[in-house]
Amino acid sequence: MNVSQTAEQVLDLAVRALPGAEVDVTADAVHRALTRFANSRIHQNVAEDTVSVRLRAHLDGRTVTTTTTLTSPEGLTSLVARTAAAVRSAPRDPGWPGLAPAAPLALPGVVDEATRNASPDDRAARVRDFVDAAGGLETAGYCQTGHWSGAYRNSAGQALAAQATTAELDGIARDAGADGVARRSSVRLSDLDGTALGTRAAGKARALADPVELPPDRYEVVLEPEAVADLLTNFALFGFNAKAVQERRSFAELGVAQFDEAISLYDDPREPFDGEGTPRTRLALVEKGVTAALAHDRRTAAVAGAVSTGHGGSAAWGPLLNNLGFAPGGSSTEEMISRIERGLLITDLWYTRVLDPRTLALTGLTRNGVWLIEGGEVTRPVRNMRFTQLYPQALGPGAVLGVGAEAVPQPSRVFLGAWTAPALHLASWNITGNASG
Amino acid sequence: MSFFDVAEAAVAAALDAGARYADARVMHKRYESMEARNGEVEELNSDESAGIGVRALVGSSWGFYAVPDLSDSAARLAGARATAIAKASARVAGPGVDLVPTTVSTATWASECRLDPLAVPLSDKGDLLTHATKTMVEHGADQATGVYQIWDTRKWFVSSEGHRIDQHVRECGAGIQATAIGAGETQVRSYPAARGQYGTRGWELVQGLDLLAHAPRLAEESRQLLTAPLCPSGETALILGGEQLFLQIHESVGHAIELDRILGWEAAFAGTSWLDLSQLGSLRYGSELMNVTIDPTLPGALGSFGFDDEGTPAAKRYAVKDGIWVGVLAGRDSAALAGLDYGGSVRADGWARLPMVRMTNVGLEPGPHTLEQIIAETDDGVFMEHNRSWSIDDKRLNFQFGCEIAYEVKNGKKGRMLRNPTYTGIGPKFWQSMDMLSSEIEYWGTPNCGKGQPTQVGHTGHPSAPARFQNVRVGVRA
Repeated sequence: MNVSQTAEQVLDLAVRALPGAEVDVTADAVHRALTRFANSRIHQNVAEDTVSVRLRAHLDGRTVTTTTTLTSPEGLTSLVARTAAAVRSAPRDPGWPGLAPAAPLALPGVVDEATRNASPDDRAARVRDFVDAAGGLETAGYCQTGHWSGAYRNSAGQALAAQATTAELDGIARDAGADGVARRSSVRLSDLDGTALGTRAAGKARALADPVELPPDRYEVVLEPEAVADLLTNFALFGFNAKAVQERRSFAELGVAQFDEAISLYDDPREPFDGEGTPRTRLALVEKGVTAALAHDRRTAAVAGAVSTGHGGSAAWGPLLNNLGFAPGGSSTEEMISRIERGLLITDLWYTRVLDPRTLALTGLTRNGVWLIEGGEVTRPVRNMRFTQLYPQALGPGAVLGVGAEAVPQPSRVFLGAWTAPALHLASWNITGNASG
Repeated sequence: MSFFDVAEAAVAAALDAGARYADARVMHKRYESMEARNGEVEELNSDESAGIGVRALVGSSWGFYAVPDLSDSAARLAGARATAIAKASARVAGPGVDLVPTTVSTATWASECRLDPLAVPLSDKGDLLTHATKTMVEHGADQATGVYQIWDTRKWFVSSEGHRIDQHVRECGAGIQATAIGAGETQVRSYPAARGQYGTRGWELVQGLDLLAHAPRLAEESRQLLTAPLCPSGETALILGGEQLFLQIHESVGHAIELDRILGWEAAFAGTSWLDLSQLGSLRYGSELMNVTIDPTLPGALGSFGFDDEGTPAAKRYAVKDGIWVGVLAGRDSAALAGLDYGGSVRADGWARLPMVRMTNVGLEPGPHTLEQIIAETDDGVFMEHNRSWSIDDKRLNFQFGCEIAYEVKNGKKGRMLRNPTYTGIGPKFWQSMDMLSSEIEYWGTPNCGKGQPTQVGHTGHPSAPARFQNVRVGVRA
């Protein structure tokens, strides 16, 4: 039984068990395989084939969501029975927005058959290339391939199905305790060049010998794509989530020039529909510095008098954005560096945490490479530092001095998620601590 | 066919395919959660999951495969695939893998549970959260949230060495939070902990929290914080409440003593550790007041179990004794590589995930003081409570924490409320500055510890109590 048939069967069972209820079903089949390496050897090598079914029922003003991985006839019958029992004793849900109406897909899922069928040997070969390209430096990282097949059905007549693939290669090379990094995401394993990424990581690591310590201060910076991915992660989680805006926990204000005019931000989903059955399409969130849209699910859309943008995920968290990207600009990283009299080149950010979601104040650390820029040239490596920074302020009007010409797809921690990140040249980044504390 | 039979079929198939060691875990998990906001339920989830995960060792290479199908044929296929994946690992192989010996057990273990949390009516649980959040709104909160979570996990473990262990672990917990929104900032107060309090106990844990009694105070404090003075910047004596200190332990001790990090196995993602195995037994980690144990035997603590996911029986061990680093969190293979003779800290967050080194219960033994004494003996300092943010570097040295609330301490008295408190430091320097530690230990539980790729979410416990630290930098801000 494929996922469409599974979803159809569960919908049929649920409609019969819960007359009068609004019901929707998603069925997802995921093959995910991840080959990890450390100390230049594969040390963890895993694969899973999972099928999960989610059933949501709304009856007499009450809503419950149930899931199972038990997809035998008995398992699915049990899921429906559990749902029927729970929905009758669940607390009331006055915010129920109703089911998604029937609508066709707007985007196709991208399926690469070679990625879908990638073997452990295929992933190991990418790892071999990365390790070899590091030229004897110690390496660590992972190569992942995955395939998703999903189906959605609801009692209002919506029926969708799609597939997608994903591939990621992410690794570091280590030289005398200093790490250089390279990572990339794609829908095709063939786009991931282990030799190229291993070479970049090793080159970065070798350029980190004998780092100096700098004092806390505000520095002009170039953030490389790996670091920019962190900005995208936090804007996705805390900035353009309509629920956070409605609860006044976000800085975002529609129609306001909150960013430098060099900044355009969009979400370009790899999954063609969300968990509420709303088809997805590319969504422009910031256009030339002006906040242009928010991500909505059906609940936030109902509150705002808007329509869902297809970002439904968690009712409690609100809309989820998994594929944000900054539109590329026209500068190379070298050109951005050449325009800096004194500043920092930062490759990666690490362990960033929100101090206040409303201002999007974050603290975190640099990782995998920092260099001092003097007189338009990279002059020496710098030890990692802590920063405490308002992210919107860093990209505010007048604060963005350059956007990289190449937007590099970066892995995210969400399956099928990815961040599309060009390098950014920013006027100021608030370094609040160094390796000595 | 029993679940033990399913697991044995998988192990046999892995061996038949060429593995020299294999183990399998059948797991059946039920999970229920509810979240409420401003007097209404936002989300109610009820999940059920079952499957088998098989681990195979071929030569010096591991493979793992998981599938949600508990038929004999699926289990055998899973075993064979785990071995095939292990063989592919040999394309980028390393030195040999050994496993430290462990007692081969046939055993059953269950956590203590007086009131089955899944049997408590949903309406009762919903009433608790909706009443608590409604009360917070009535007392001034702009946003009031409440959450409970319940896990009911059964697992059947079989290894090619002869283990046959089944365990039933029931965990639950809850928490509430009030948010006040001011001009350009938010202030938050939580009870009993920033993300709730959890343990390997039944619903009696949640009943004992008495969430409703604390709801008015949280709302009122969140509003008071909006107009409270900023926490001053500079170096001072810092008193931490037990809830904040448990996260300090988790981040700057627990993760640092994970042997897989020390060995570099997490170098590209979670990071490594500042600790060097050559200094095990001699390195001064903290002051002599610092005694940290690794103890999965603590009744009711969130990191407790009978056996870890390699079949090693739960046992107490010191990580830091009188301030000296003496122990690590280890698994059978990492311990063998490091020349140690114990594992016991390997777990997976479900049947589809590879078991890996995780914290169990890592926490402080009681000190000789009380919080009242600590405040009374502090002339000039800041008392911070309840975590709001946390960040630490990839070697677990350089940290910065933010708390929800702080108070001035002057001349032995707790004074005015302070907002936006933060503190920062370097792990060993910080722990060596601990000069007072309370005896008022509580077992704090955190169910959201992320590690591994694909990411796993671990449940960890942390005995902790209020303590004082000298010359700490506070008041760092954007």
